[in-house]
Amino acid sequence: MACVIVDYNSGNLHSAEKSFQRMARETGAGEIVVSSNPDVVARADRIVLPGVGAFADCRAGLLSFDGLFDAIEAAVRGRGVPFLGICVGMQMMATRGLEHGLDTPGFDWIGGEVVALTPSDKALKIPHMGWNDLVIDTTHPVLAGIETGDHAYFVHSYHLATADNSDRLAHCDYGGPVTAMVGRDNMVGTQFHPEKSQSTGLRLIGNFLNWTP
Amino acid sequence: MLKTRIIPCLDVKDGRVVKGVNFVDLVDAGDPVESARAYDAAGADELCFLDINATHENRGTMYDVARRTAEQCFMPLTIGGGVRTPDDVRALLLAGADKVSFNSAAVADPDVVARSADRFGNQCIVVAIDAKTVSPGKWEIFTHGGRRATGIDAVEFALLVEARGAGEILLTSMDRDGTRAGFNLPLTRAIADAVSIPVIASGGVGNLDHLVEGVTKGHASAVLAASIFHFGDYTIAEAKAHMAAAGIAVRL
Repeated sequence: MACVIVDYNSGNLHSAEKSFQRMARETGAGEIVVSSNPDVVARADRIVLPGVGAFADCRAGLLSFDGLFDAIEAAVRGRGVPFLGICVGMQMMATRGLEHGLDTPGFDWIGGEVVALTPSDKALKIPHMGWNDLVIDTTHPVLAGIETGDHAYFVHSYHLATADNSDRLAHCDYGGPVTAMVGRDNMVGTQFHPEKSQSTGLRLIGNFLNWTP
Repeated sequence: MLKTRIIPCLDVKDGRVVKGVNFVDLVDAGDPVESARAYDAAGADELCFLDINATHENRGTMYDVARRTAEQCFMPLTIGGGVRTPDDVRALLLAGADKVSFNSAAVADPDVVARSADRFGNQCIVVAIDAKTVSPGKWEIFTHGGRRATGIDAVEFALLVEARGAGEILLTSMDRDGTRAGFNLPLTRAIADAVSIPVIASGGVGNLDHLVEGVTKGHASAVLAASIFHFGDYTIAEAKAHMAAAGIAVRL
């Protein structure tokens, strides 16, 4: 029984690992493993894909480990393993990313494109950085105990514009709606950082570790 | 909507929290990890660690403090002080920082900001600007803990580092730091209005009205303070309540 946090040199996984370990301990979930090994991913019971930086770099990072991208695809779509994407890891669930003038394919699990934030109020700063309150669009087991008005920590300049509104589980307002969480079948993704969102984030992590889609 | 952030800053020297009055007289004020945990519990929106004499004593930054803090505090952590290269950024990110702050090194070579932002994303690259008023409406960058003048205009420099990929600016008024006389509001507003990235106001907070002014008059996205929190003058909750009463959206 292992939840694998995929490490593809995307940045700091230390606090992600520690937050998942803490909630695994508190909720009696299984082991937390950080790995870039496709064989480990292939045996995972749950998969977490973190990510920071640019969409194209995220994809390139995944592809730089031989077999890793396909192992994630096979586990999530083939075996139906519960999946949580975080920040750019969530954006990778989209059909494509349009960042820095590049058109980069994603996993295409959630129809839609990753596009630049364009707040209607030009005084709003980019990146969207800090705590914003969630508006829950669709109740979901991973959001159990989390309500509209609870805050999560965001830091991003792009977001996943879903093609089908039913895939959006939560949003926040930043000069217009910004996708905060998506979900379909055995997959969820958060634009915000649950590992940085104090009690709200820890609750979501605990929910994910005990989620049976 | 996005909330205005309140960020306690832990100035660290030799692994201990200090707060320099104008960066000279240092007072020992506790263990950084314990302080971080207390601020996490108190509802601080982020934490900032600055290794305040890493540059001039050539000491490395505090990987161990970062690592132990990140193990216990699930909130955003910025670390600065003595950061010179993209590899320094990488080491701090791996130790547990979410954002890393350049100061003197970005003044000496602004391209280090671009090289780091390209490698790690601009969301984790902060540029700390230390500025002093040189004439009314004119501010200049100072480095090395405020001891070295550069002749560089602060507003122009802010625009430069934004163009190079900085994701945020931590703006400290060297005239005000440690004085408890309030932020340098004209400086803060000049830079916050000039750039499109978030600006954290720092330097000079002595009471809760100062925090409010930093946002309403300085146009800052976040306010940073040290002494008023470290020495127990005010709690984070009191600060947030005061800002909320003044009409500023905060996370309560």
